[in-house]
Amino acid sequence: MTNHWIDLRNSDCVFIIGSNAAENHPISFKWITQAKERGAKLISVDPRFTRTSSKADIYAPMRSGTDIAFIGGMINYVINDIEQNPANYNMEYITQYTNAALIIKSDFEFNNGLFGEIEQKEFNGAYTAASKSTWGYAGGNAPTADLTLKDPNCVFQLMKKHYSRYDAETVSKITGTPKEDFLRVCQAYAETGKKGKAGTICYAMGATQHTYGVQNIRGYAILQLLLANMGVAGGGINALRGTSNVQGSTDMCLLEHILPGYLNVPVEGDADLDSYLRRSAKHPASTVTPVGLAGDTSANWWQNARKYIVSLLKAWYGDAATAENEFGFHWLPKKKPGVNNTHIGLIEAIGTGIIKGLWVWGQNPAAGGPNANGAREALAKLDWMVSVDIWENETAIFWKRPGVDPASIKTEVFMLPACCSYEKEGSISNSGRWAQWRYKAVEPAGEAMPDLEIIADLMARIKKLYEADASAPGREGILNLTWDYEHVTADQIAREVNGYDLATGKLMASFAALKDDGTTSSGNWLYCNQYTEEAGNKCAARNPVDSHPQKIGLYSGWSWCWPVNRRIIYNRASVDLNGNPYDVQHPVVSWDSQGAKWVGDVPDGGWAPINVADAGAKVLPFIMKGEGVARIWGPGLAEGPLPEVYEPWESPLANNIMSGQKNNPCAFIGKWMNEQGTPDKYPYVCTTYRCTEHWQTGIMTRNLPWLNELMPDMYAEMDEELAEQKGINNGDKVVVSSARGEVNAVAVVTKRFKPLTVNGQTIHQIGLPWHWGYAGMKTGDSANRLTPHVGDANTTIPEYKTFLCSVRRVD
Amino acid sequence: MSKAILFDLTKCTACRGCQVACKQWNEHKAEETSNQGSFENPKELSAETWLKMRFIETERNGKFDWLFLRRACLHCEEASCAVVCPVGAIFKTEDGFVHIDQEWCIGCGTCTQACPFHVPHIDHHAGLAMKCSACTSVGYNRLDAGLKPACVSTCPTGALTFGDRDELVSAGRAQVDKLKANGHPNAYLYGENELGGLHVMYVLDDSPSAVYGLPDDPKVATADVVGKWLSGLVTAGVLTALPFWLVFKRKQELAGGSGKKGGA
Repeated sequence: MTNHWIDLRNSDCVFIIGSNAAENHPISFKWITQAKERGAKLISVDPRFTRTSSKADIYAPMRSGTDIAFIGGMINYVINDIEQNPANYNMEYITQYTNAALIIKSDFEFNNGLFGEIEQKEFNGAYTAASKSTWGYAGGNAPTADLTLKDPNCVFQLMKKHYSRYDAETVSKITGTPKEDFLRVCQAYAETGKKGKAGTICYAMGATQHTYGVQNIRGYAILQLLLANMGVAGGGINALRGTSNVQGSTDMCLLEHILPGYLNVPVEGDADLDSYLRRSAKHPASTVTPVGLAGDTSANWWQNARKYIVSLLKAWYGDAATAENEFGFHWLPKKKPGVNNTHIGLIEAIGTGIIKGLWVWGQNPAAGGPNANGAREALAKLDWMVSVDIWENETAIFWKRPGVDPASIKTEVFMLPACCSYEKEGSISNSGRWAQWRYKAVEPAGEAMPDLEIIADLMARIKKLYEADASAPGREGILNLTWDYEHVTADQIAREVNGYDLATGKLMASFAALKDDGTTSSGNWLYCNQYTEEAGNKCAARNPVDSHPQKIGLYSGWSWCWPVNRRIIYNRASVDLNGNPYDVQHPVVSWDSQGAKWVGDVPDGGWAPINVADAGAKVLPFIMKGEGVARIWGPGLAEGPLPEVYEPWESPLANNIMSGQKNNPCAFIGKWMNEQGTPDKYPYVCTTYRCTEHWQTGIMTRNLPWLNELMPDMYAEMDEELAEQKGINNGDKVVVSSARGEVNAVAVVTKRFKPLTVNGQTIHQIGLPWHWGYAGMKTGDSANRLTPHVGDANTTIPEYKTFLCSVRRVD
Repeated sequence: MSKAILFDLTKCTACRGCQVACKQWNEHKAEETSNQGSFENPKELSAETWLKMRFIETERNGKFDWLFLRRACLHCEEASCAVVCPVGAIFKTEDGFVHIDQEWCIGCGTCTQACPFHVPHIDHHAGLAMKCSACTSVGYNRLDAGLKPACVSTCPTGALTFGDRDELVSAGRAQVDKLKANGHPNAYLYGENELGGLHVMYVLDDSPSAVYGLPDDPKVATADVVGKWLSGLVTAGVLTALPFWLVFKRKQELAGGSGKKGGA
């Protein structure tokens, strides 16, 4: 979240798309209900009428997977309205704080769904370097701005041209959303473009789990920037994270492409620290200074990344990290370019025998990963597998699952029982970036251990093995790793993550003081400031008083959030050029001209407002971007600078209505047991989701009788018309099938799904929760036996949300 | 002071935290259920299920809606169950909540027949009538401990509130007025006046009977029910097994206003 949970109450319009917040984040509705009490509108856009929709002022159905058409249409609506009624929008914000006015290279072209030339790789297509170079600013590191927004090559005009194709009729044709519903959404949400009004977009996996998931979110970013909704209270783009600590695990580098604090993973070819930072665009050379804006300086905060990576290396390698050996940079594993180590990539590599051993830690690929049948088959190719979990899950017992002869599986499986959250101490970082400390309530059951103790013991043993083997590859990096955890505690790790001044041994006060000369350490620069000499462990802070002058619900003394306890990020965009808040009722920060200081939230940098600061120090508000302004035009993604509509990998349509390019050309298409279904055999659009009563693969909830009582069985939701056609009555047993498998379910025939008219064709959608499997107290079929092994072009997040299926009644 | 629970249907997301909290606090077993084409489960209240959420799919003025209604004891001021209970096991707490004293209940089932909302159910194993006690059950009395009922404490949205009945009537009326002004002309505060005033009130966005299946004008059960019960007992030949003088003495005591507070 750019904002945080409580801040939802400050919104004038809560737009929930790609999320079923009421069901999957019930507590969000504490704050959304308060916003509604204040008169805020709630919009729900979803293929299915959900418990969220039941509370909405406006509900619009859509065909799963057509978000870009929907959002692109909204962008088109807003652009036209901006031109006709500029007084209803914050033109200062649009021109001065975003790249709308900046001029793009004249050789940029968009033709028939493509932004240039594609070259085919093993699993995906990729734009050529020459094509990508046309997506940049004219003027390189000093692009000019046309504040009139009239230049045909400025971002605003290019965007206008691009989205002029997304008129309401075309949007309705693609999405199946009735045109009048679509326009009601546009009108209600565009009202948040007024100065002093705020709209928030809440999204979750319904937005991301597509072959163009990242571009769905980019669409939200464009919309929010045009409406001046970023940085303000009650605004922002708010990812409602799907597990309690998924924000924290991402911050701490759970993903394959990042190190802690979103530093890039080194790749082969990064000859030294400097070239690594240049390639990462986290270098002074990546500073872009727009010409013609009121602001004249880009902070380009990422140019400090050298301090962060060196401090990280000092935390990891201690005294062995010296200036001479580039602080141990070369001991870090370097990724092979083009190798995909995401979930899908790993399963592909296991299936084809590249990976022989696997630690499965708090994960359940046999039920929770896409194409679960394929994943289950792939696991049998492993020599060994370790399952670390609080329960015996589907993955742990894949070798004795129904229909399989255990004797036929050679994989040696180890089980390590882990503690549940009540049995250990530590922090969890919620969606709002708040790191909250929790204490152990009870002793672990049986032999269960905290994850921290498991990994500390594991690494100590690995180090011993490396010590004994002089020929082990990568030995130096393992031996030099500081690993002095005899009785490891979460408190000790929290200090290490915060970092130290190595000369004094004192905890660092904040990342602003980290150095690139090896005199400071920090296990994660973003978390530097969480644990200080003065305040101790700030994550454990529990001051229930909102100290913000206007009480906008920041509660800055309750826990701690990154970065440096800034509760609403990009908050320097919530004020005008003089530092006065656009929303006087809910100011996030404001400039106190008498005291010459900011008041309110921790500002996004302490520099004076643009009009107050001296020439040469007028710092632009979006400090994490090289150009200092927010990107309506985003050249950094795989498939182009503006979101463009494509069909899902499995689509009920023969063609993309918008262009000749049917699918995302850069999507990752897996090969392992990944048959593609066609609408002649699988005519219905299938989507998967969670319900309130269960969680993820159900391993924590299907072992609780009270929750099984509420939601006892795997079910399939469908509309009444489809049910009638297929002779299915409510409550009948059905089989839902895709090209990759079949699942048994109970039919829930409901008016909450309606057939949609898409380009003159009737489209039926079927919805499946994915909470069941063959392990645990209450079992059922896993919806992921049906999902495809394809992923987003930038992140490879699987396309769980849209694929083709068929359905039949079981007699 | 008269207390109450206010359920504002317009704020309920049917997360069913209340349903689970009720089971957890009262240490009730889960029932074996199956999906029969709806999210709603268990299908009906029982001795083990004192609170459940109803899921109502409806179309009003051509617009589809999904409504969630609480189903549990409404704690009537004029409580039929207490009127008809032959042994005086059912009484009202000082707060106004209707309580079945399990030490006195004989499991005859009269209350299950008399309740206009079909709330109490017989635990056939224990031979006792069971229903929501507003968390005033002996040994589990949250109100005495200064807590709210478990369902209210767990509600994330504020759909359930607990407090002085007078204040909740005002809050409920205000919410109903707001609904009436915003396209819900039939909005209604159910329980403000029904049966002398209920201690669980509902803010409804529509007609109680037409949309939610609640009786428009529920009536208190009459002594006729007691008569039927007595004849039933005679038939069953249970009379000899009960020290009846004790039972009727207690009924008289309770009628005289010496009803004890639950859990005491």
